[in-house]
Amino acid sequence: MFRLNRRTLADPEILTRELTAIFDKSWIYCGHESEITKPGDFCTRDVGGRPVIFCRDSSGDIRVFLNACRHRAAIVCREACGNTRRYNCFYHGWSYNRDGKLVGVPGEDAYPPGFDKSEFSLAEPSHVGSYRGFWFISFNPDVADLEDYLAGAKEYIDLVADQSPSGQMQVIQGTQEYDIRANWKLLVENSFDDYHLLSTHKTWLDYMKDSGVQVEPPRGQGLLLPSKGVGKGLGNGHAVIDNINFRGRPVAKWISIYGEEAKAEIDEIRAELVERLGERRAARVADTNRNLVVFPNLVINDGSSVTIRTFWPVAADHMKVTAWALGTKEESEAARARRLDSFLTFYGPGGFATPDDVEALEAVQAGLATWRETEWSEMTRGLNKEGDQLNTDEEHLRAFWREWNNLMTADA
Amino acid sequence: MSAVDISRHDVEEFLFEEAALLDEWRLDEWLELLTEDATYQIPSNDAPDSDARNALFLIADDAPRIKARVKRLNDSEAHAESPRSRTRRLIANVRITNRDKDILSVSANFSVFRYRRNAPLRQYVGRYEYQLNATGEALRIAERRVILDPTELGTLGAVSFIL
Repeated sequence: MFRLNRRTLADPEILTRELTAIFDKSWIYCGHESEITKPGDFCTRDVGGRPVIFCRDSSGDIRVFLNACRHRAAIVCREACGNTRRYNCFYHGWSYNRDGKLVGVPGEDAYPPGFDKSEFSLAEPSHVGSYRGFWFISFNPDVADLEDYLAGAKEYIDLVADQSPSGQMQVIQGTQEYDIRANWKLLVENSFDDYHLLSTHKTWLDYMKDSGVQVEPPRGQGLLLPSKGVGKGLGNGHAVIDNINFRGRPVAKWISIYGEEAKAEIDEIRAELVERLGERRAARVADTNRNLVVFPNLVINDGSSVTIRTFWPVAADHMKVTAWALGTKEESEAARARRLDSFLTFYGPGGFATPDDVEALEAVQAGLATWRETEWSEMTRGLNKEGDQLNTDEEHLRAFWREWNNLMTADA
Repeated sequence: MSAVDISRHDVEEFLFEEAALLDEWRLDEWLELLTEDATYQIPSNDAPDSDARNALFLIADDAPRIKARVKRLNDSEAHAESPRSRTRRLIANVRITNRDKDILSVSANFSVFRYRRNAPLRQYVGRYEYQLNATGEALRIAERRVILDPTELGTLGAVSFIL
């Protein structure tokens, strides 16, 4: 049996507990190395509920500082992104260098003897780590090593990074930041729930069909859309759906929407993949699409484009979503444009599909107000089945929820 | 008609008519205001001056995509707009910023009020940048770029209607 108590998605007390039991215990996605490239480059953002500065120090190494003055806590960087020599707190004028060291204190002679600036560097999270360009932080001093934590998710991050000849992916400028009036875990589910595709995204499928794309999966085995797709847990609450692609990929799988002129270049991209990775691995990278959830709140959708998506609960029924497009560092202007266009056919607040997902999640949240009367949600597709769990089953959703339950029921 | 003959008043009339068509969800008629190769773009809030070929936008439609968008919005299974939003557009500070022989560049401020079901009012504020084709009997929209003032889309949620 597997059922989900709806209170977990509606009760503010649950969120209060999640902040310490889930978010303060896990590795949380902070940013991608390509967003900051030179010494002094920075981006400010909220990660794990804290304002942080994701930056390069004077040696060009990536650092994460807590964006709070050691004097009275005012944020010391108020710009979204940029390059700086100093992080200046304008309130009383304390200033910090690129390495987070306190270097300027107006009227320093008024402090008692023993006041030592070296004890007031900008604070840092307990742990900062990276895997193939993706940077994470943790506020848990005892958190597992990042690679151990990522477990089976590493294989799927590799399939993204391997798309670039140099292994270097690049976050493309332009950030989609939008709120959904729903519990954050509903977006975890929705990000790799393939069961909803036909009913929620009928108009997107129509658009693809109108554009000459084959949207019906190959028939057989009584499988729902798309066939030959699986869903599985990857350890530590991470999970994935892994599907045979038949609706196009800017990486080496042409569809009519890309235009005839794109065919030659997509053949070239494919040839480079085969040359570098071998036929088998190239097909793995190019001919499957994958929606990956890295527990608790990072999604990497690698399909019609590569999307990094993270989200943060501001209330039990309200999350803020941030989404970026990821491309290979080496791609041509035309390939970059094609990738971005492909992203927008489905994704984002103005895409042909995401707004309907948002509507679905908000409809769920509205219904969840009945959680006291109707306690349980059904999540048993594929349960106890032998063999592969399909992308349209729910084993991958259960994998997330089991880890969530482990952490929420562990001793505080 | 050519771009030199057109007054700000003419442009305002045109934009007000467009706003009425959109507020009334007469989207097929709205399509008739566009040129055959029209574009409709909304840059991401943090990159308002960027180019859709190398920056992620919220919307970057070419003409076939605009038609597909209207087809989608006319379908009751476009769930985000079923039931439809009620919108009210206020357009002001209309300026003709450039005149070519055939093309007028027009800038206008907007405030679009959106109500839907029991959601609170969502107010989209920003400016339109138009390229209007003035070669035919009537003005036609060649480019329609919507630049939002909010630093993130945030509680506005989605741009599921034609903004």
